[in-house]
Amino acid sequence: MLKDITIGQHFPGNSPVHNLDARLKIVITVLFVVVMFMSTNFPGLILSAVFVLTMYKLSGIPLKMLKKSIKPLLPLIFFTVVLNLFFITGEVPLIKIGALEIYMEAVIFCIVMISRILLLICGTSLLTYTTSTIALTDGLEALMKPLNKINFPVHEMAMMMTIALRFIPTLIEETEKIMNAQKSRGALLDSGTFMDRIKALVPILVPLFISAFRRAEELATAMECRCYHGGEGRTRLRQLKITKDDIRYTVVCMVFFAVILSMKIFFKRVI
Amino acid sequence: MSILKIENLSYTYNEGMPGATKALDDINLEIEEGTFVGVIGHTGCGKSTLISHFNGLTKPQAGRILLEGKDIWKDYEDIRQVRFSVGLVFQYPEYQLFEETCYKDIAFGPKNMGLDEEEIDRRVKMAAQFCGVTDEMLAGSPFDLSGGQKRRVAIAGIIAMMPKMLVLDEPCAGLDPEGRELILSQVKNYQLTTGSTVILVSHSMEDIANYADKVLVMENGHIYNYDTTEKVFRDAENLSRMGLGIPDITKVFLKLKEMGVDIGTDVYTIPYAVKSLLKYKEAKRRGTDA
Repeated sequence: MLKDITIGQHFPGNSPVHNLDARLKIVITVLFVVVMFMSTNFPGLILSAVFVLTMYKLSGIPLKMLKKSIKPLLPLIFFTVVLNLFFITGEVPLIKIGALEIYMEAVIFCIVMISRILLLICGTSLLTYTTSTIALTDGLEALMKPLNKINFPVHEMAMMMTIALRFIPTLIEETEKIMNAQKSRGALLDSGTFMDRIKALVPILVPLFISAFRRAEELATAMECRCYHGGEGRTRLRQLKITKDDIRYTVVCMVFFAVILSMKIFFKRVI
Repeated sequence: MSILKIENLSYTYNEGMPGATKALDDINLEIEEGTFVGVIGHTGCGKSTLISHFNGLTKPQAGRILLEGKDIWKDYEDIRQVRFSVGLVFQYPEYQLFEETCYKDIAFGPKNMGLDEEEIDRRVKMAAQFCGVTDEMLAGSPFDLSGGQKRRVAIAGIIAMMPKMLVLDEPCAGLDPEGRELILSQVKNYQLTTGSTVILVSHSMEDIANYADKVLVMENGHIYNYDTTEKVFRDAENLSRMGLGIPDITKVFLKLKEMGVDIGTDVYTIPYAVKSLLKYKEAKRRGTDA
């Protein structure tokens, strides 16, 4: 159950997508999100889908992973679709079920919505699939560096993020272990009334919090033992360097995004 | 009579994904009631995966698990009953403690079984006694105890369910010699008093040699050997190849034999070593007399 969580998972590899400079990758992903919100017509969405699928093909991430990352969000998608389907009104009702009317506009809007959400999830997951957490936070730190001027603790934020991301799998594993231990003592985790279920969480949350604090303390001691004192004067083992290839790939992506956006001009209507 | 029977059990992690690993490959095993079984094997050989099948925490991908002749997965509703019958003590069980007092924590299992107050009280006291948990500790918070004490409280929490089969996954990891001795002798005592079956996973050949009646040797998801302790340790060469080794005392006797001393090498505990050395001395004295 918990193993199905794929957000933040990293699949090491050696592909153009993997090797792209982390800073550029973050910028491209952010732009992709913006483009997704701006493109509302089918040609644009189809092109975006082509873009995402090409990226997956290039990166060598199995498409099975996509299915896994979409699965936990299906209820959300379902909810949005149902709500929109009945609340958006248009000119001529398509189907009439009692008091409920479904309009053509609603159907189109739903399809656009679904494809947008799916593409957003897939596109942004690719960032974490192909970038190690260290590269990711290094990239973010580099991008946020200008904020240092207004005394924003950029390095500390990046370090916090690294640690938080690093501990997601550990804590998931820990939760699973504790759940198994309590299940072995007959704890019922997935039945009973709402109150029963909340009460059933206590035997899991208490040990989990205790171990999280213990880990935090151990980590703090270990960092202090290695004389960690924050970002000032700290040098890096991995220097971020933008190569010619990086620029080439970025330009290709930008051109693609521009084409997707230009679809808005050519196809003014939603369809 | 066998309490647990495993038929053609297989399990693969991340099946159908890149990085799929076969943890168990067609395991067949029968464990007789009342035996103390030691499980040894190299890290990652599938020991923990195997024992998580015993009480139905992991559902077999292929094969069956029969507890007292009944398939545990036949009726999903019964799986909780299986967990009360097969008590599983995890590695570092002290991390599962959560209640305000040790008493309440030990009572968690029996309470889940739906027993009445009186019976719960009786069982908590019984389990505490078996595990050397004092009344003072029972009344206090589990988080004020030392590591070894916490672990004994956690084991008491399983014993309080009075399982027919007690499974312990490296119960002594990270404890000092005195703590190990204490926990293992208490487990042995529990087995002898109640006649229950005990399965002990351990990396210490000494512990296995001292307590187990039979030993299960696992290698790469297969059962390499399942036999009496003497017979298993006789196979010293292959055990070393697997990176498992044999008890130190057995090594001493193998060396003696190599040096030309005419002595049996099926020695794996200190008392037996003393006995066979005395016997050897006696025989030698008589030999020179004659």
